[in-house]
Amino acid sequence: MTNHTLSVLVENVPGVLARVSGLFSRRGFNIESLAVGPTENPEVSRMTIVVAVEELPLEQVTKQLNKLVNVIKIVELEKASAVQRELLLVKVRADATVRSQVLETVQLFRAKVVDVSPEALTVEATGTSDKIGALLRMLEPYGVRELVQSGMVAVGRGARSITATSAR
Amino acid sequence: MTSATSRSDTNSGAPNPASPSTMGARPKPAPPAGTPVRVTGAQSLVRSLESVGAEVVFGIPGGTILPAYDPLLDSTKVRHVLVRHEQGAGHAATGYAQATGKVGVCMATSGPGATNLVTPLADANMDSVPVVAITGQQSRSLIGTDAFQEADICGITMPVTKHNFLVTEPADIPRTIAEAFHLASTGRPGPVLVDIPKDVLQETTSFAWPPEMRLPGYRPTLRPHGKQVREAAKLITNARRPVLYVGGGVIKAQASQQLLELAELTGIPVVTTLMARGAFPDSHRQHLGMPGMHGSVAAVAAMQRADLLIALGTRFDDRVTGQLSSFAPDATVVHADIDPAEISKNRKADVPIVGDCAEIITELIAAVRAEHDEPDLTAWWTQVSSWRDDFPPGYEWPDDGTLSPQYVIERIGQLVGPDAVYTAGVGQHQMWAAQFVNYEKPMSWINSGGLGTMGFAVPAAMGAKFGQPDKQVWAIDGDGCFQMTNQELATCAIEGAPIKVAVINNGNLGMVRQWQNLFYSERYSNTDLGTHKHRIPDFTLLAEALGCAGLRCETKEDVDKVIQRAMEINDRPVVIDFVVGKDAQVWPMVAAGTGNDEIMAARGIRPLFDDDEVSIEPVEAAAEASQAQGEAR
Repeated sequence: MTNHTLSVLVENVPGVLARVSGLFSRRGFNIESLAVGPTENPEVSRMTIVVAVEELPLEQVTKQLNKLVNVIKIVELEKASAVQRELLLVKVRADATVRSQVLETVQLFRAKVVDVSPEALTVEATGTSDKIGALLRMLEPYGVRELVQSGMVAVGRGARSITATSAR
Repeated sequence: MTSATSRSDTNSGAPNPASPSTMGARPKPAPPAGTPVRVTGAQSLVRSLESVGAEVVFGIPGGTILPAYDPLLDSTKVRHVLVRHEQGAGHAATGYAQATGKVGVCMATSGPGATNLVTPLADANMDSVPVVAITGQQSRSLIGTDAFQEADICGITMPVTKHNFLVTEPADIPRTIAEAFHLASTGRPGPVLVDIPKDVLQETTSFAWPPEMRLPGYRPTLRPHGKQVREAAKLITNARRPVLYVGGGVIKAQASQQLLELAELTGIPVVTTLMARGAFPDSHRQHLGMPGMHGSVAAVAAMQRADLLIALGTRFDDRVTGQLSSFAPDATVVHADIDPAEISKNRKADVPIVGDCAEIITELIAAVRAEHDEPDLTAWWTQVSSWRDDFPPGYEWPDDGTLSPQYVIERIGQLVGPDAVYTAGVGQHQMWAAQFVNYEKPMSWINSGGLGTMGFAVPAAMGAKFGQPDKQVWAIDGDGCFQMTNQELATCAIEGAPIKVAVINNGNLGMVRQWQNLFYSERYSNTDLGTHKHRIPDFTLLAEALGCAGLRCETKEDVDKVIQRAMEINDRPVVIDFVVGKDAQVWPMVAAGTGNDEIMAARGIRPLFDDDEVSIEPVEAAAEASQAQGEAR
């Protein structure tokens, strides 16, 4: 199964997240990640949903999503033609003996240290899931105390906007 | 035959179902359209229902919906029918909608009132019936506090409705009602629930009609794509073994006339699914009957051997296709439906057409006329006719001398005729009613196809009677189903809906018993209801108690007489207890999980479709299907 990224424009109304997530569970589709937030239009929210499905079930996912009255528009964002980002916050054990090595790794990945204490560093990183995964693999040997990750957000490359014609 | 003996005359003055109740009505001068007026939320709701054209509301009041019932008392346009159980209200709204093509409306209070609507909403959702349910909700400040009779009905009904609304501002009431009716009745129809907190109904607000709807994400496709239609027309004119596979969408789109024209233009055989019985006249020579698990051999065989299926307003349900991988293996598929999500959901469509069936068929007719080729279906009709002739619908009279349920249902169909409306519960009697009553007109057959809701028949018949007061409405019910919802006969008696109920009483949960007979070594676990053994309940006495005439029929000789007698009684509902044998079975049958080629025309009779010549090979039905396990309702 391959991952597909769907950008879903929805009405900014209560219950819309429950409608979308409920649809996935009752139709037996798996959500890899889901991120939701406001858009430039206060009446419209945007969900970025990553689903692991084959082509045919993906067609069913989008058709069923489209049937939800609060769903305005769905666009599949191809990896090659979209910018995709995830956010990671990770608390790594880093006492004086290894701190410089950890910092070096952080710099290599162009990540940032956002909190520091004598025993640990908290690192913020954004990027594709590949980059986030690679950073985590490098930090793991030092000891990951805690980590939190956002769902993926994505936007198509170029000047065109998928939201331009959505809210009528 | 026992007939009604004594009964008081209290119902003779029951109002005509068609005329709205005029109790306590005081006409008010109507303000000009569009001008806002000051009203309570409850008044706004009732005005909205009046403005949107609701004529009948089936419901029961209770704590949180109480404010709405006060202005309802004054309404001269909306008649409220007080039912005995909210499930009855929901199915009545469904029956009303199915018999009229209009939106059915039901109303209930919060908590248990609302949860009792869940089954009928799920039922209407599966069968795409336009229903609007209005429920009371606890006041806004109490929502989420586990208040008395609080239930998150929007959350509960989310998976079983087309859409639902929680109204949080009284000013939103007219717009929400307009949107609910629009959503329910357009595109692929379905149920919509509107949940209104009590304090929203009590607050003062303004009312203006028509409101502006805000549904940016709702744009159903009605007009089909011209290129797809032409592609379909090419396939139709070039096919050698085509079948028109007609579903309930043709009835919803009111496209029966267009279908008849297309069928006669092309000469293609027609099958009508359980939801589409009546969409095409049964008496028409091109009609092969119903496809599917209990379909006719001709309909099932024609689809299996077809080189082209023209699927119109239908969804390739598992009860039609059997095992999907062996369904219609040689067929190219044209799939026309208003719901794009149905296309290629189960069976891949070679030519998908999204749109309203009436428009699609109209355009198909024009496109077929524009094609040069004339299909030659002579050889195909020879084959199809041989299936039809060799395996006509039929049944055997029970060996033990008991009354044949199929005969009873067949006689009802013949004596009552095609102008009546028939409803059914779920089970053997439903299948026999689909097989042995001839339907000639759309909206004359109303049943629970998708969800398979036992107890559907009586309340659906009640709703149908309110929608079609001048038609005879017959509920063909089973003794199991009848015991689930017969309380609505009290409603029918008091509110003036003289329906007829034919209880096909075999003393058992017949369809489950049939499966136990075939697939569970005749071990009859919990299927004997005792309605024969103990005569509990006595259906004629029960009928009398509910203000109906109670008749009983136990012999073949009495069948016609009792049906005639029932047709003569029009001042109250009639219940006929047809005491029939328990061993009758529904045939033909494709056992669940097997392919349609495995259809058994009757017990031990399996038509072979390997050769062009049809032959008969006796096999052991039970052994054949011993692998099949599944749901039996």
